[in-house]
Amino acid sequence: MRVASFWPVSAVLFVGVTAATFFVNEYYVVAGYMVLQGLIMATAWNILGGFTGYVNFGSAGFFALGAYTSVVLYTAIDPPLWVVIPAAAIVCGLLGLGAGYLTLRLRGVYFAIATLALAIVLETLMVNWDYVGGATGAFIITPDVPLFASYNAFLFVIMLALAIGSVGLARYLNHSRIGRGLTAIRDDEVAAECAGVPTLRLKLISTTIMGAMMGIAGSLYPYFVTFVEPLSAFNLIVAVNAIAMPMIGGTSSWIGPVIGALLLGSVQEWTKVNISSELNLLIVGVLLVGFVALAPRGILGLAQDFRARLRGPQKKEQGDDEPAAA
Amino acid sequence: MFSIDLLSNALVAGLLLGGFYAAVALGLSIVFGQLDIVNIAHPAFVILGSYVVYMTNSALGWDPVLAGVLFTPLFFALGVVVYRIYYSGFERTGRESLAGLAFFFGIMFILEVTIILIYGVDYRLVDAAYIGQTLRFGIIDLPYRMLVPFLTAMAMTAGIALYLSRTFTGRAILAVSQDRLALELMGANPIRIKSLAFGIGLATAAIAGALLIIIGPVEPSFGRVYIGRVFAIVILGGMGSIKGTLLAALLIGVSESMVQTFVGPSWADAVAFSVLLLTLVLRPQGLFGRL
Amino acid sequence: MMSQPLLDVQGLSKHFGGFTALDNVSLHVEPGERFGLIGPNGSGKTTMINCISGALINEAGKVVFQGRDITGLKPHQRTHLGIARSFQLPRPFASMTVLENLCIPLEYATDSRTTMAERRAEGMQILELIGLADKAEEHSGGLTQIDMRKLELARAMAAKPDLLISDEAMAGLSGAEVNEILGRLFTLNERGVGVIMIEHVMKAVMQFSQRIVVLDAGKKIAEGTPDEIVSNPLVEKAYLGE
Repeated sequence: MRVASFWPVSAVLFVGVTAATFFVNEYYVVAGYMVLQGLIMATAWNILGGFTGYVNFGSAGFFALGAYTSVVLYTAIDPPLWVVIPAAAIVCGLLGLGAGYLTLRLRGVYFAIATLALAIVLETLMVNWDYVGGATGAFIITPDVPLFASYNAFLFVIMLALAIGSVGLARYLNHSRIGRGLTAIRDDEVAAECAGVPTLRLKLISTTIMGAMMGIAGSLYPYFVTFVEPLSAFNLIVAVNAIAMPMIGGTSSWIGPVIGALLLGSVQEWTKVNISSELNLLIVGVLLVGFVALAPRGILGLAQDFRARLRGPQKKEQGDDEPAAA
Repeated sequence: MFSIDLLSNALVAGLLLGGFYAAVALGLSIVFGQLDIVNIAHPAFVILGSYVVYMTNSALGWDPVLAGVLFTPLFFALGVVVYRIYYSGFERTGRESLAGLAFFFGIMFILEVTIILIYGVDYRLVDAAYIGQTLRFGIIDLPYRMLVPFLTAMAMTAGIALYLSRTFTGRAILAVSQDRLALELMGANPIRIKSLAFGIGLATAAIAGALLIIIGPVEPSFGRVYIGRVFAIVILGGMGSIKGTLLAALLIGVSESMVQTFVGPSWADAVAFSVLLLTLVLRPQGLFGRL
Repeated sequence: MMSQPLLDVQGLSKHFGGFTALDNVSLHVEPGERFGLIGPNGSGKTTMINCISGALINEAGKVVFQGRDITGLKPHQRTHLGIARSFQLPRPFASMTVLENLCIPLEYATDSRTTMAERRAEGMQILELIGLADKAEEHSGGLTQIDMRKLELARAMAAKPDLLISDEAMAGLSGAEVNEILGRLFTLNERGVGVIMIEHVMKAVMQFSQRIVVLDAGKKIAEGTPDEIVSNPLVEKAYLGE
């Protein structure tokens, strides 16, 4: 996307879609919320996964921690949303920083496993903590929301704003000095370090941003479902989507997770309603494996290959997105 | 609260459990420890084994251990196929890290969901003459549903260890991770060796699955909790060490049993994962490993 | 101003478990000097390089660079101070073009802020020097072996080092290719950059170096001009055995 057009286009999109919430069936608003949630998670995951090359299997942990931060704050002082969301971002950002500091010294594979372990440990802690309702869960009362088409529309619009913000941040990272450093780390960490890139510092920035973003995605979840219990918060589908959406869309650029989330998210919402939830999961799994095996650079990669084939054999042109070596 | 009776039973239960865990981790120890393939779907294959054994037990009345052993050739073949796909898609092109992990993650997911689609999320269990009976040695209880898996697991571990150290192909498996060129010069085909190893890894999953469902009822999401356990065991034991795997499995089994008895059952799952995290952070090469 | 060595390694030791890779080795490199480091396989040359560049931290001894003790610093910090290295097995940033590879150290190894255009221009200059200018927009992952070696050196140069370590850049190359790399290294040295050359291609080392240090089994066994080294019986014994 050309530099100048992202924010204007997003603004128009935001206004247009918000207006649409007054006219469409509630179902689309709810489905849209889920797609946006997936979008933020996918974008967050991709910052560490696609840009930096470190696979996080514990996305559900960050998401759930964001959700539980909301629950704790609600139970304690019932603050307004504009307090809750940043609070979740800070808590999960700190988790990302801490977890990163402990585990980023590990070779990529060990890091991935460590993230999975972290998510499960978090889940166990939440299940055993009575303040947040333990295994039985906690309720949240839904407030009145004048000005909006409905309560769900209210949440949807907030999610839309957060999604645009997240994607904008990812886009900025992609083209910034930090983004170039992350790409170097992804391509060859040792060489990057010797080329003067402060690899640990950049990786920690990466995990912190990822954590904060996932925390934001999770922070609204309790308000959306109004009843939070660990099984749903630590949902496997959240974790798988966070990986599947970027890998299907393409991990090398901020656009990939957007494409992946819109496509996969829509397919999922449709399948859940029209066929079954379980089949939906199966489809995600098959798509993930299929893309990873056959089209590892995702839809973006396929599009690039297609364009290259149309152009004929030529040198890589300046201005193209870098194809992933993922 | 802290009686000798309770303590010694918790200890024994932990050892029996740990022995079983060794069986589950064995396949991963070979595949991850020797071949450096991060098959996080291994526990899912174990669950698959459980359900397959359940199927033959409920429909045909087959003894679970027997059924598990009978299914090993099938799982072995499955392992060879999966490895070939992995090799042609990932290993050959050098894209192991991110894409390979996602591949096995997807396989794990597909396995779990397929089982849910066929069998639903209810617990399944098997019937056998010895399940439900207990052997008593003084104050020590040895329930058969734990003892039989323990003994089978020990036999399998010993068998695999012997195979790897005594036979040509076994030693080739040990060698293939370290010196591919030397292996080729010796006339062994590394791809074939790795397929063989992966097949063996999955074959152990068939038996481990049978043992799992003897110990207790199984439901499809069990695989995910076992991921932490098996990786904790393999990494704690040290990559590439079968005896390390056994020792680590026993340690984790005993820890879980202690926590379950003296703290609370809902904390037991976190033990393995906590051990895993601690090991990764403090001593990534494990007890006997060659990082 | 007192003339201090560019690099001063004092009594450096490094162990791996029970194995001693380097045993109390001292050496120094003068500013702008062409320095050769040779020794049979396993003698500790790569370990020494890793300790100088920061990939490994030595257990005993000091690494002093331009009068400053850098012993505990991380590799990227040492790069900032002016040490750059090439890798024996080339490690290009495979998703980037040749020029983009250079832009990374041009951006990160320096403390000053530059624009993309400035970095690209400077990168092109370095590519001219090394003979890769015509390949600037090509994918670095698909280069020929010798071009990859040249890219390694170019990327090290892009870090604007005062000391460049060339780690077996000529291994496995043909005679003509060796001469070409050698020529480039001379060119780089003419700009005042000190060069440590690690090589097994003896002809190149002898031609290039003003001074040579020989390692064997973790110890320094000889030091001197190429002529002195060639006629040193200890060196001959180390390479050929008893």
